[in-house]
Amino acid sequence: MNMNYTAEELAFRDEVRAFLDKKLPADIAAKVKGFRRLSKEDHQRWQKILSEQGWYATHWPEEYGGVKWTPVQKHIWDEESCRYGVPRSIPFGVNMVAPVIIKFGNEEQKQRYLPRILSGEDWWCQGYSEPGAGSDLASLKTRAVREGDHYIVNGQKTWTTLGQHANMIFCLVRTNTEVKAQEGISFLLIDMNTPGITVRPIITLDGEHEVNEVFFEDVKVPVENLVGEEDKGWTYAKYLLTYERTGLAGIGLSKAALQHLKELASRRLKNGKPLIEDTAFSQRIAKVEIDLMAAAISNLRIIASVEGGGVPGAESSMLKVRGTEIRQSINDLARRAIGPYAIPFVEEELDLDYDGDYLSDENAAPLAAQYFNNRKLSIFGGSNEIQKNIVSKMILGL
Amino acid sequence: MDFRLNEEQQMLQDTVARLVRGEYSFEKRLEFSESDLGFSEHFWKQLGELGLTAVPFPEELGGFGGTGVEVQSVMTELGRGLCIEPYLQSVVLGGGLISQAGNDQQKEQWLGGIASGETRAAVGLQEPQSFYDLNNVETRAEKSGDGYVLNGRKSVVIGGHCADVLVVSARIGGDTQDADGISLFLVRADAEGLERRTYPTIDGAKGCDLFLNNVTVGADALLGAEGKAAEVIEYQAGRAIAALCGEAVGVMEVACDLTLEYLKQRKQFGVPIGRFQVLQHRMVDMMSELEQARSMAILAASVADEPQSDERRRILAAAKNVIGRSGQFISEQGIQSHGGIGMTWEYNFAHYAKRLIMINHQLGDDDFHLERYATLLQAS
Repeated sequence: MNMNYTAEELAFRDEVRAFLDKKLPADIAAKVKGFRRLSKEDHQRWQKILSEQGWYATHWPEEYGGVKWTPVQKHIWDEESCRYGVPRSIPFGVNMVAPVIIKFGNEEQKQRYLPRILSGEDWWCQGYSEPGAGSDLASLKTRAVREGDHYIVNGQKTWTTLGQHANMIFCLVRTNTEVKAQEGISFLLIDMNTPGITVRPIITLDGEHEVNEVFFEDVKVPVENLVGEEDKGWTYAKYLLTYERTGLAGIGLSKAALQHLKELASRRLKNGKPLIEDTAFSQRIAKVEIDLMAAAISNLRIIASVEGGGVPGAESSMLKVRGTEIRQSINDLARRAIGPYAIPFVEEELDLDYDGDYLSDENAAPLAAQYFNNRKLSIFGGSNEIQKNIVSKMILGL
Repeated sequence: MDFRLNEEQQMLQDTVARLVRGEYSFEKRLEFSESDLGFSEHFWKQLGELGLTAVPFPEELGGFGGTGVEVQSVMTELGRGLCIEPYLQSVVLGGGLISQAGNDQQKEQWLGGIASGETRAAVGLQEPQSFYDLNNVETRAEKSGDGYVLNGRKSVVIGGHCADVLVVSARIGGDTQDADGISLFLVRADAEGLERRTYPTIDGAKGCDLFLNNVTVGADALLGAEGKAAEVIEYQAGRAIAALCGEAVGVMEVACDLTLEYLKQRKQFGVPIGRFQVLQHRMVDMMSELEQARSMAILAASVADEPQSDERRRILAAAKNVIGRSGQFISEQGIQSHGGIGMTWEYNFAHYAKRLIMINHQLGDDDFHLERYATLLQAS
């Protein structure tokens, strides 16, 4: 048993810290740490810095411009970047469609799309869920019919995260209605500027525009945009979902959120004393911190097993459930910590450039909204119920 | 023993229900919420015309002489409609404080208007440092001539943006957390030195923080005995808790109905998702929480108008604790049962979910009342 980093791993951590000290823009880090909104430009600016460092594509082979990090190195990056306030990477291009293109795409597709992902020229979004196909993804109905050199696509996708910024979407479409649901699905790459595509915002309960509906009406997609073989898309989709699931536990994000909570609870008063000194509240914080400690070690156990050549299986599903519950608990406590000030929704204070007086705490404005927004954590990426189904089937054999 | 409303109480609740059905829809509520006033002036007028804003006041002052049970019936229906009018603030709290502690002249001056809805009141009882403890008051009242000068800040005054009169607590003596030394004052909205910072609330209403900068009021602004307001405030906050419990039950009823309906109609894997046992059990748990909350709401209403006692304190703390926990459970589990659709602005469930969480942030959350209950437990 050895739970320490090796000398090389420690050196890598120093390298990461030196890079973040030097290159992470302070305004972006402040937004991330204060749970403020990030603009498209913020994301692009940071992506460019990462790309220049060669650290953007950590899931890709080196020949395509990726960096070959070990699972432990990826973990170190995750920990440090969350601690520093690095923006969450928008995964749809670099971590989702790219691995599929690398594994199942043809040479032309690799040459065309991968450099554009690295450079930030393409912003990808995901066309998986549909109004009638959520947890039961295979029941999707968006239809693609081959006509000469094109597919004609008709249907609707939903919950398309940041689709309003995207110029490309990867879609699961139905190309065969005669066979079993899973066997008639294809994986298509679609230019969002093609005539017939409409993006409609979905405003969430916190008033944010993060997700969208995407409508397809007689959209002509060249056949060369098909990845792999027709009707084999489900295999590729599942491959992609394994990439989506890793990291959904959000251990690093929870650690950062916990730190934020403790600072907040040190500033807020109850009975004339800092809230963090209140017995009941400090015990609530302690409980979630202990849960997080355990989950962090579980996460490391999975990482170490992968490092040793193992394949992460249903354990990541267990961790997704635990990790998201922990983050939601931290958000719950942060909302509680501001007491009655959870009620006002002072939108102007969400802007970092806000120079008026803060109604209560400078970090209070986003807290209730964030609590509501992060109810999504137990819903997206495969709802926690679906994750438990996976565990009971794959691990328990039930 | 009979837990049902009597005929008159049932008629009252039906009246409110009809009014809400006729005036409120999800779409209209969004419009009301986005307007400058932040609610429906028309609806408010109708509450007045039908005598609903007069429910808790004595008959000789133009009221209906209703008890906590009647107030709760009104609040339950307002909760079902997710109504954002400041009924709790103006009628139950503002009017209630005046009714409880005011002298004849003050009652005469204010209660008629509040009971008819023509005058709106709001209450400033919390402060930035008070964290639900209504005895934690830093706002100062200093004697000046015949009257007082008020300085300080009152937090999260729901409905304060449109109130004609504000009932605020201020300290005439004692230290920040002392029960002794707190007074209540009636401050007109147009008083010199009174500033309001108005904001929308996350659950669709409007409120403000009050900044009192050398606000001068006359002796007639003092509500009740000087320095002795803590008990008055505690008593009225208890009535408001009972009322808020009623609202919460209404909100929870609809949240549960919407979730159950969704489980029946939403299909995945070829069957309604309500066929999955994990969702069935969750729905059962939500209903159990609702019933627990309903029981505590009934209990709270039954003691709302009783003389103050540790028993009354215990029951109201227990009720607010249960309401807070049940509300959060139903809110979170309801969203989870709906999936993504439960998180959208366009679908009404999310708005019920938000209201339930915010009810927990009014008049003390479940932690606050658990602690309060525990303290009273030791005392008994």
